[in-house]
This record gives sequence, structure tokens and C-alpha cells, in this order.
Amino acid sequence: MTLPVHLFARAQELAGAAVVSVELPVGATVADLRRALAAAVPALAGFLERSAVAVNHDFADDGRVLGSGDEVAVIPPVSGG
Amino acid sequence: MSPMIRLTPDPIDYHALTEAVRSPHCGAVALFLGTVRDLTGERVTVFLDYEAYPPMAEKKLAEIEAAVRGRWAVGDVALVHRLGRLAVGDVSVAVAVSAPHRAAAFDACRYAIDALKELVPIWKRENPPDGTGEWVHPSATPVAANPAREAGDASDPPPSSRPG
Repeated sequence: MTLPVHLFARAQELAGAAVVSVELPVGATVADLRRALAAAVPALAGFLERSAVAVNHDFADDGRVLGSGDEVAVIPPVSGG
Repeated sequence: MSPMIRLTPDPIDYHALTEAVRSPHCGAVALFLGTVRDLTGERVTVFLDYEAYPPMAEKKLAEIEAAVRGRWAVGDVALVHRLGRLAVGDVSVAVAVSAPHRAAAFDACRYAIDALKELVPIWKRENPPDGTGEWVHPSATPVAANPAREAGDASDPPPSSRPG
């Protein structure tokens, strides 16, 4: 399945794009997505380790299984307020 | 989005928000404003840019309101964060809470801004006079980087948003 991953702030800067598409097998987890994203965008790899991942607008842990309709985003450490 | 729980590109009318949360049942209103400072340590700021992941930010704001209502007997709650380019002195965020008595109003207001600063996907970029702006990504704790984990600190954020 192909999942678009939304990027923000420093993550978007490092990747040079607001969205990066990642190819994953069915049954892939957020951990797999992290690896695939780091491989697809090496410039993002280190920063990704400091970032959370959101699936369908909720923070997701690494064990979360992904589905083809999921909306995924990299959530860097937040600085609102 | 509710007019009281939202993101906005416009200057925040915190007077209107304060009036909106007032009610005859409430003897107290607490208002918090976050404002853009000119200095962070030694870094001079000329302006800030705020960016959000809007659908998730709105969801998190709604969750914070629900958490406040679950913990305190409050009247009304307003949580408004501004996005886009802000100048020094501008109001970036307003939290207004009404309650029958002041203890709950103060506590709920403090909790709401603390939770917002930890959980809502909003980011700021500080832009100094020479123009090379940097996104601010605090690296303090594992919780700040991955709020899906449980937090055990004093600020005690709302229940985890993890599914299930």
C-alpha cells in the first residue's frame, strides 16, 4: 500500500516537501513506516527519531498496524502556545 | 469548530472570549494569554510563524476541553490559538475558563494551557533580524517527542489519545 505521510515544520524543511509517499506491505506498523520514511528521505532520519507519528489525527505508538486508508503525519516536538 | 475552541488566522479578541465564558452560575473567570516575546535567551525575535496540523490540532483542543470538564466543575471554556505570522506583543493563544469558584477556574486554566503546549500539533518558527528563522522543537523529554507514551509529571496531561 502507498501511504502519504504529512510533514510539518522542521520535518518539512528537511524533506523539502509537505507530503512524502511511502510504500509499505499490508500489515505494516508505524515502526515499519518510520524505517521506510528514513530510507526514502535520509535527511529526515535523525529528526524522525525525535518525532511522534500520528495516524488519523491521534498519536500512534510504534506497534500500531497501518491500513491503506490511514492518514499519517510526522509530528515533531510541538511548540504551540 | 466551536467559536470558543478553535484555530484562527485573525487577531484574538480575548475580551469577547472572556465575555463569552461568563455566566450567572460562575463567580470566577480565569483568562490566560500567551504573547510573543522579543527575546528567547539571547535570540532576538522580530516575528514568529505559527503552523498547525489543523484537523489534529482541533481534535486535541476538543480533547483538552473535555478533559477540563471531566476534572473540574467549570462553566465554559475557550481555547483559541492563532496561526500565521505574529509580531512581538501579539497574542498567540487565549484560554478562558469560568467556574463557580476561583480555585477551579485557576486550576483548569493552568491545566488547559499546559496540556495545549504539550499535546497540540502546532509549531512556531522564530525569525531574528537577520532573517534565518528556525522552527522550535523542544527536546526536553521523551514525552515531548512522543506524547503517545504515558506522562508521569506534575502537569498531568489529559488521558492518552491512543486508540482503543
